[in-house]
Amino acid sequence: MSAVPADSARAQQEERENFLVFSKGFLSWALTLDHKRIGLMYLIGVMSAFFLAGILALLIRLELMTPTNTYMNNQTYNQIFTLHGAIMVFLFIIPSVPAALGNFLVPIMLGAKDVAFPRLNLCSFYLWVSGAIFFLAAMFYTGLDTGWTFYTPYSTTTQGPVVAATLGVFILGFSSIFTGLNFIVTINTMRPPGMSWFKMPLFLWATYATSIIQVLATPVLGITVLLLAAERLMHIGIFDPEYNGDPVTYQHFFWFYSHPAVYIMILPGMGIISELMSVHSHKSIFGYRFIAYSSIAIALFGFLVWGHHMFTSGMADVTTIIFSALTFTVSIPSAIKVFNWLATMYKGTVQLNTPMLYALSFIFLFTIGGLTGLWLGALSTDRVLHDTYFVVAHFHYVMVGGTLVGFLGGVFHWWPKMTGKMFSELWGKVSCALVFIGFNLTFLPQFVLGSRGMPRRYAQYVPEFQELHVISSIGAFILGIGLFVALGVVIHSLMRGRKAPPNPWGGATLEWQCSSPPPYYNFATPPRVNDPYDYTPLEYRDAERGWEYVHPPTTDTPATEPEPART
Amino acid sequence: MLLADVNETFWFPPKASTFAQETDSFFMAIMWISTFFFVLIVGVMLYFMTQYRRRPGYRGDSRALHNNALEITWTVIPTIIVIWIFARGVYGYMDMVRPPAETIDINVTARKWDWSFQYPNGAISDTLHVPVNKAVRLRMRSVDVLHSFFVPAFRAKTDLVPGRVTTMWFEPIQEGIYDLFCTEYCGDQHSEMIKRQGVFVTSYDEYEQWLAEAAKPPTHPVAHGYWLYARRGCKSCHSVEPDRRIVGPSFAKSYGESLTTSTGESVVFDENYIRESILNPQAKAREGYQNASQMPSYQGQLTEDELMAITAFLQAMKQDDFISVVADEDGLTKEDAISLGFGDEEDSAETAEAGAQEETAEGDGTRPESEEASGEATSPDAEQDQ
Ligand code: HEC
Ligand SMILES: [Cu+2]
Ligand SMILES: [Cu+2]
Repeated sequence: MSAVPADSARAQQEERENFLVFSKGFLSWALTLDHKRIGLMYLIGVMSAFFLAGILALLIRLELMTPTNTYMNNQTYNQIFTLHGAIMVFLFIIPSVPAALGNFLVPIMLGAKDVAFPRLNLCSFYLWVSGAIFFLAAMFYTGLDTGWTFYTPYSTTTQGPVVAATLGVFILGFSSIFTGLNFIVTINTMRPPGMSWFKMPLFLWATYATSIIQVLATPVLGITVLLLAAERLMHIGIFDPEYNGDPVTYQHFFWFYSHPAVYIMILPGMGIISELMSVHSHKSIFGYRFIAYSSIAIALFGFLVWGHHMFTSGMADVTTIIFSALTFTVSIPSAIKVFNWLATMYKGTVQLNTPMLYALSFIFLFTIGGLTGLWLGALSTDRVLHDTYFVVAHFHYVMVGGTLVGFLGGVFHWWPKMTGKMFSELWGKVSCALVFIGFNLTFLPQFVLGSRGMPRRYAQYVPEFQELHVISSIGAFILGIGLFVALGVVIHSLMRGRKAPPNPWGGATLEWQCSSPPPYYNFATPPRVNDPYDYTPLEYRDAERGWEYVHPPTTDTPATEPEPART
Repeated sequence: MLLADVNETFWFPPKASTFAQETDSFFMAIMWISTFFFVLIVGVMLYFMTQYRRRPGYRGDSRALHNNALEITWTVIPTIIVIWIFARGVYGYMDMVRPPAETIDINVTARKWDWSFQYPNGAISDTLHVPVNKAVRLRMRSVDVLHSFFVPAFRAKTDLVPGRVTTMWFEPIQEGIYDLFCTEYCGDQHSEMIKRQGVFVTSYDEYEQWLAEAAKPPTHPVAHGYWLYARRGCKSCHSVEPDRRIVGPSFAKSYGESLTTSTGESVVFDENYIRESILNPQAKAREGYQNASQMPSYQGQLTEDELMAITAFLQAMKQDDFISVVADEDGLTKEDAISLGFGDEEDSAETAEAGAQEETAEGDGTRPESEEASGEATSPDAEQDQ
């Protein structure tokens, strides 16, 4: 059953029992087992981490306006870029989509009441919090200057709080593993009757693929940082040449996690885009099976390409060539996804609202990010571009232009569902435009900087590069303003927003069948499972009622409580 | 405008080595391919955005579409293209990692945060001098952390990994002066680990001349000590201006002072302390430097004579007139050394400063045989552990 008339007794009851207000008080949040509340707390957490690291980015860009030290010395600069990178990667991008949006959406998209292990879920949230506190305290207390990569032997000899920071990473890793585990089990066992694997929304496929990586790769990170700490404390002689270790071994260990981690970062973003492109084009997704399979393929192939971070580290030639070849293999599925998203718009009904504009920006930016990967995957050009600003620009196009923009699109898309409030379309679009312009202005010049030879992680640089750096910094401030506008839009909507209908965009996945915000039990009666991209039965009423089913979807399902599907 | 600025373009630094032509045209080839796909993707996106936008009176289709021909096309074409890109990348790479049989071999030592280059005749310099149109092979090592050798104009880059020896080669094709950057993060002064206009590509004759010149350190211990200070990386951490702290303490006015170590002991900055500080820097750290980036040990890299020369130089750093000469822009030049009485009287045309040498090298093309010999005799046989 869906689309409960807004004035019915049921609707009023659901309104009273919505997950935000049905119980009150600090403890009702702190000890909640409700995946929606946990998701929301994650959202606040990752957004705080994001704004912190974003401000650090602006400090970096301010310093780089001139070739010499202006207000930071080299040491401070090194600590700030380390903080920026480490916070963005470990505290924001990795948990952003899976932990924040994933927690909220996975059970609802399955028509379930909660994730498979609600207590484990709360546990991963607190692991995230304590890891974050540990990590931040360590870094702010004495300043870490190793870069987020912790390359040895610098990290085993520098004076910074390396051991404390690595323990923070270790704890954060467990949070990530538990979340992944939870989602794998949830998706495997709790799909409602009628939802076969290929009736699953693509966001769930992406989350599933991501979870596989989280569970398989994160332990390697844990081992790496433990070995690093042991090397530092006890000189076990694995990474430090002074004790017969080899720094390149560390790089292999590190990238064996951190390359798959790139897909932990981007796959969920791709999942969001698949949803957004389809819903806002009011058009069934093109190439459903391909997108679903390619998520898994990317996740598995992603384990085999870590060596492309080390083309200049002195690996054997044959190894280097094999890694280059494997790297190109992963590029194909990503390219085809882009074509599928575009084809989804064809002959659809495209509504250019805020989430859709973010999704389209994603396609634009991610395409640049992906194409510039061609230069870096090719061996001869990578020898020149490695560790220059070209790389900096490339991964920001993927991580920011891709993941962050996708995340923002997702936040705007599901905001009405999460909070029950609509946001200002006008200002949402303004934020998108500012983010888009600012982002390109920041990072396009960096490609040129890189190809001209500007190395990364430089506190000072030769004066020829100043012009491009200044343009980049101006762009960064526009980007910063855009993000603050986005923040303003969501905060404003909380206070002044119009009440959101259950289905404001016309989505056909299950989360749009419960009220906005959902009651704490998600669904009073089991939702009808139908094709997640079949929009034919949906009809737009008005701003207050949103989209409703004109005739109930045809798939017949037993009218019972959703039991875990047999797998 | 420097000669090297010629043929600099919007995208690229000057093309100064044999790799440049291939890498740059490959770079541009990928650029055209990418531009084509980018324009296609964004064009289609914009077209669909306007053509199918929600508007009164328009009703789009909402059912799934399939088109096998289209899907096969957009899988096969990109696949073929990336195979080509991969292959051409390998082609260029093979050239970069296969040096020709005949090369000039130069040993490179990187340390926080300076480079030193040891040439076939034993000369050691902190700048890189190579002849044009000759293949050069670098045998590189790092004594502390990771560094990476990158000369953009040569399109050549390779990491230096402590505990390993890495090699790379290139063949300069254009005379000029270029920059060398360290591209692997290595700590505080990573961004200063550059040789701004410190890579000299000259004709073979000029190179040979420079080489002969550079092999001769000054004989006077103080001048020799300074010569080592400027070439063996001390300069990047220790200043010669009073109270200017780079990473380690300034050398000015230290000799004979008594100072406190981090453990509260009191030591005198004398010959033995200097020796210990250089060979075993972690034995006693000066108060206030516990958190400074560590000084690498020079055990096995400096000879006894060189240690003595450095000591003599540090001792001379007590004198105000010496400090002011050393601390000025061009450091201790030959003339300075002579006027202070530290000069090697016999060869007054020579200068002790590497940069100054470069300019004067052309001037005295022919030198007496005897000097060559004396140069040989005093040439450092350091870096023996290579
Ligand atoms: C990576 C930076 C670095 C380099 C390169 C370096 N040093 Fe040091 N040096 C330091 C630091 C930091 C200290 C202070 C800590 C200590 O005493 O160990 C120091 C201390 C010293 C001291 C003791 C000074 C005092 O006042 O206590 C001497 C003498 C010295 N260095 C000589 C040299 C010489 C000679 C060289 C070159 C052959 C050199 N250093 C290269 C960083 C460096
Ligand atoms: Cu990677
Ligand atoms: Cu460096």
